[in-house]
Amino acid sequence: MEIHELIMLIYVFALAIFVGFELITKVPPTLHTPLMSGSNAISGITIVGALLSAGLEEFGISTVLGLIALIFATINVVGGYLVTDRMLKMFKKK
Amino acid sequence: MEIISYLIYLIASILFIFGIKKLGSPKTARQGNFLSSLGMFLAVVITLFDQRVLTFEYILIGIIIGSAVGAVMALKVPMTGMPQMVGLLNGFGGGASALVAFAEYYHIMNTAGTFDVATGVTLVLSVLIGAVTFTGSFIAFGKLQGFITGKVVKYPLQNPINILLLLMVLAAGVIVVLEPANDSNLLGIAGVSLILGVLLVLPIGGADMPVAVSLLNSYSGLAASMTGFVLQNNMLIIAGALVGASGIILTLIMCRGMNRSLMNVVLGGWEDAGSGGAGSGDGPQGDVKSVDAEELAMILDSAQNVVIVPGYGMAVAQAQHAVRDLTNILEKKNINVRFAIHPVAGRMPGHMNVLLAEAQVSYDKLFALEDINDDFPNVDVALIIGANDVVNPAARHDQSSPIYGMPILNVDYAKTVVINKRSMNVGYAGIQNELFFYPNALMFFGSAKEAVNKLVNEIKEL
Repeated sequence: MEIHELIMLIYVFALAIFVGFELITKVPPTLHTPLMSGSNAISGITIVGALLSAGLEEFGISTVLGLIALIFATINVVGGYLVTDRMLKMFKKK
Repeated sequence: MEIISYLIYLIASILFIFGIKKLGSPKTARQGNFLSSLGMFLAVVITLFDQRVLTFEYILIGIIIGSAVGAVMALKVPMTGMPQMVGLLNGFGGGASALVAFAEYYHIMNTAGTFDVATGVTLVLSVLIGAVTFTGSFIAFGKLQGFITGKVVKYPLQNPINILLLLMVLAAGVIVVLEPANDSNLLGIAGVSLILGVLLVLPIGGADMPVAVSLLNSYSGLAASMTGFVLQNNMLIIAGALVGASGIILTLIMCRGMNRSLMNVVLGGWEDAGSGGAGSGDGPQGDVKSVDAEELAMILDSAQNVVIVPGYGMAVAQAQHAVRDLTNILEKKNINVRFAIHPVAGRMPGHMNVLLAEAQVSYDKLFALEDINDDFPNVDVALIIGANDVVNPAARHDQSSPIYGMPILNVDYAKTVVINKRSMNVGYAGIQNELFFYPNALMFFGSAKEAVNKLVNEIKEL
């Protein structure tokens, strides 16, 4: 990776952190648990990296590691979104 | 094709941002979660078209196993077990990030044979943060589930050991960058990081878990971001950074709710509580007045304004449905019932809100500390169910108290304070609560669920 490529990635990272701060300070305390499980599901985005490794043409150590990572990340994603939805369904105003 | 996938990744990133934005209100939150999951779905689908992805058997196996396990976990977990669930999910996310970094390392070594400094640094960070999150989260899970003691665990040379381990990781990291071909250094980093995760979370006490879980949530996001650096994928960096920011904000809110620094929590909680002269034997003493269900029913019957303060005890006793019944029956008598939720009530941010939502208590009856605290002088009865330290007035005036300065719910300003507790045992901070000895305080002894059910029956019979 060239240094200017790294710098661009750091730019994106820094700006995204600020977006995150702005958005999340507006979430009311009532929704903090679903926020946590929902954002947790988003952190399962490493599933993309897992797919890239598990789908390599030649079977080898990278594929095995990718497969385990894929199982972990899928649990994170599917479990996270479903449980968040289950919780949010319950939040009702009479 | 590459252009299209970049654009889809951009759309996914925007969907994540919109999804979190819509979590800002209970009305739109469910839709927000859907948008976010749609972003994830798009990201997964377009990745399958990547030129690197050529075999699909393992992908299919991984997705089927992961989906099945994730779905069963999500649908089976009771609402009281939500902190553990989030802890576990954090762990899987962190573990996945570390594994992806390893897979990528071997892939790079097999194809290019070497890598530059920037790639090396991001690989090392990815393994470090991912592995710490992995074991740290499982320890947090064990503590919340009761597999491991929820008490503060101290071990000798706690900080020197952790600092030493971190230095070992950094030193090995430098070697990885200088000498990419030898994989034992990266494996060593993974091993030490796994130990570090255990040692960092072990000292944190049960009631400090809201902080630990929030912090691990942040780590799992940062781990995903680091993986994004390794893969040079902006979407991963953005998604991870959003989660990282979210976890940090929640961590700070929790710390503020206890008036403690992050360092103090991470290093093992209220350590002076036992030795500082405020141990369970000392502190305020005197007579407490207790009340039985029948008397309390009459007191509530003549009240107009009631505030219920739930705490972890309500979750343990699974009393949220009984509390809902109490709310309903009081409302039928035209009594105004509200809930006051302390930021650190329960074992994770918003824990009480989820339990009460499960019991179908309308969310507009739930008030945060700053929104209800000034109103306590107008409250006829404040009913405390399973909370203790968060209503201890010593936090306001007793400088020698370990909880001095912590924001508390001013329940003692209410005309009558009723405290439901199983016994006179001390709370998490290990100190007796002077509130119990106040002239306007009444103890309502009994396990939360049975006691509240009995109370509901007594009110029915009035």
